[in-house]
Amino acid sequence: MQHFGFILASYLSTALILGVLALWLILDHKKQKAALQALEARGVRRRSNAPAKPATTSHDSEQVTK
Amino acid sequence: MNWFNDFANPTRFLNLSAKLLPWLWGLAALILIPGFYMAFFIAPEDYQQGQTIRIMFIHVPFAWLAMATYALMAISSIGTLVWKHPLADVSAKAAAPLGAAFALICLLTGSFWGKPMWGAWWVWDARLTSMLVLFLMYLGLIALWNAVEDPIRAGKAAAVLTLVGSINLPIIKFSVDWWNTLHQPASVFRFDGPTIHISMLIPLLLTAAGMTLLFLALHLIAMRNEILRRRVRTLRLLEASRAVEA
Repeated sequence: MQHFGFILASYLSTALILGVLALWLILDHKKQKAALQALEARGVRRRSNAPAKPATTSHDSEQVTK
Repeated sequence: MNWFNDFANPTRFLNLSAKLLPWLWGLAALILIPGFYMAFFIAPEDYQQGQTIRIMFIHVPFAWLAMATYALMAISSIGTLVWKHPLADVSAKAAAPLGAAFALICLLTGSFWGKPMWGAWWVWDARLTSMLVLFLMYLGLIALWNAVEDPIRAGKAAAVLTLVGSINLPIIKFSVDWWNTLHQPASVFRFDGPTIHISMLIPLLLTAAGMTLLFLALHLIAMRNEILRRRVRTLRLLEASRAVEA
């Protein structure tokens, strides 16, 4: 096939760029998930995820989720 | 506009996008497989460009996508500045690296196509130069988002810059008509209809549709990541403020 090298280089470079992009997105997702889980493990939670507390306790859970 | 407001809730968006993603991947594969099969085994070689026409089936869709991504960012920027939609600047920020990647693919594949056909890897032609400007604008916007720590302030600044930069889109589209360029004129989106033969047009449209679905899937993932990043930032700030109060 004439100019086979140019065609192959086009498709390979496209696959490489898309692959790097997909890998970056996957790693970024894992990083954010891990950071979120670490925060929640330390008791820092969003309002919707915060455990229910009796009304007489401090306002800590409110502050965390604002 | 109810659906528009429904998307204002990031948690609802995360749930909906998680359901949509497998469908987008599946549909993209369903369209891309026959598209590339036709591109390689059914579409004939071009009478002038020979087998290098196969490069068109990735070069052209990514050129369209690089421009469409910027158009999406411009619409998102209006959403940020006018409607203050909570997901508008998330959408714009998430789209920028994808647009940069698509513009880079367009430039690289164009170069691999240009060398055997024009005898040069690069020429300072109006179409090529305006596409290079688009790529540099993507990089500039990514740098701006990373330079400003507060995502709301960064989003507003980037929205203004994105809207100013959108002037480049008609320049890219009509550069081949306004200037005497080496790049060939439009052969698909023309007022008098496509000039490309149906045997090449169908695989081209299939690969373009499949890659558009691929873009939508990648964009949803990038948006989900950005929402998580902002949650992490908010929780870290709250944790720090609690530590100061304690």
